[in-house]
Amino acid sequence: MITRYESPIVEVVCRVIVPFVQVFALYVITHGHYGPGGGFQGGVILAASFLLLRLCLGGELAHQKLPPRLAIALGAFGVLLYGLTGLVPMMAGGQYLDYGHLPIPGVSGAELRYVGILIVEIGIAFGVLGIMVGIFDNLVERQS
Amino acid sequence: MKWLSLFILGLVMALLIYAETDLPDRGDPEAPANQHVSPLYLERTVEDTHTPNAVTSVLADYRGYDTLGETVVIFTAGIACVLILMRRRSDDNQIRKPNS
Repeated sequence: MITRYESPIVEVVCRVIVPFVQVFALYVITHGHYGPGGGFQGGVILAASFLLLRLCLGGELAHQKLPPRLAIALGAFGVLLYGLTGLVPMMAGGQYLDYGHLPIPGVSGAELRYVGILIVEIGIAFGVLGIMVGIFDNLVERQS
Repeated sequence: MKWLSLFILGLVMALLIYAETDLPDRGDPEAPANQHVSPLYLERTVEDTHTPNAVTSVLADYRGYDTLGETVVIFTAGIACVLILMRRRSDDNQIRKPNS
């Protein structure tokens, strides 16, 4: 486990930077439709923000933001979200991963595929985030 | 033995370089790989998915099953890393027996 090192500079800079990094990660995830970006890249940036918190604030404080168990669970949830997004259109009469058959009221046709891609990207981002944070937490845990 | 393997390596390299001269140029629009479905994807991505970025529409929609596998591979590899790291920790906690 990382212990906290008392340094006001590091702590303040970390507290200032992390929200911007997280907003930028959300931007990268949702901007995948129009330019470079997407779930993999955005998920890694989001994970990097939580790793920065863990490095600067130490384990005890940072684990309140995202507990290690919750991180792994989030990763599993992301992959599950992707798989279920494929399965739901199958229930609605389409084929596996055929977003055109997602039962979302109010949108149809190409818009529906747009929404489907967005859901899948969010799932990928959760998966990558959970795995990155999970590996980091298990790497740094103190061997006592 | 060392010279033999070097000789075989050189032979395979010459063979590969010879075969490579027959491959189409990179980005050649006449190449078979660029003739089959790629033009359809590029033409219909906006009309099919409202997504101007063809990379994303191919990655997440046209080839969504592939990306699902990719995500599962990443997740499985990560879980395996986590499990191995946990195992190492619990091993260190135990007192070593003299004969093991």
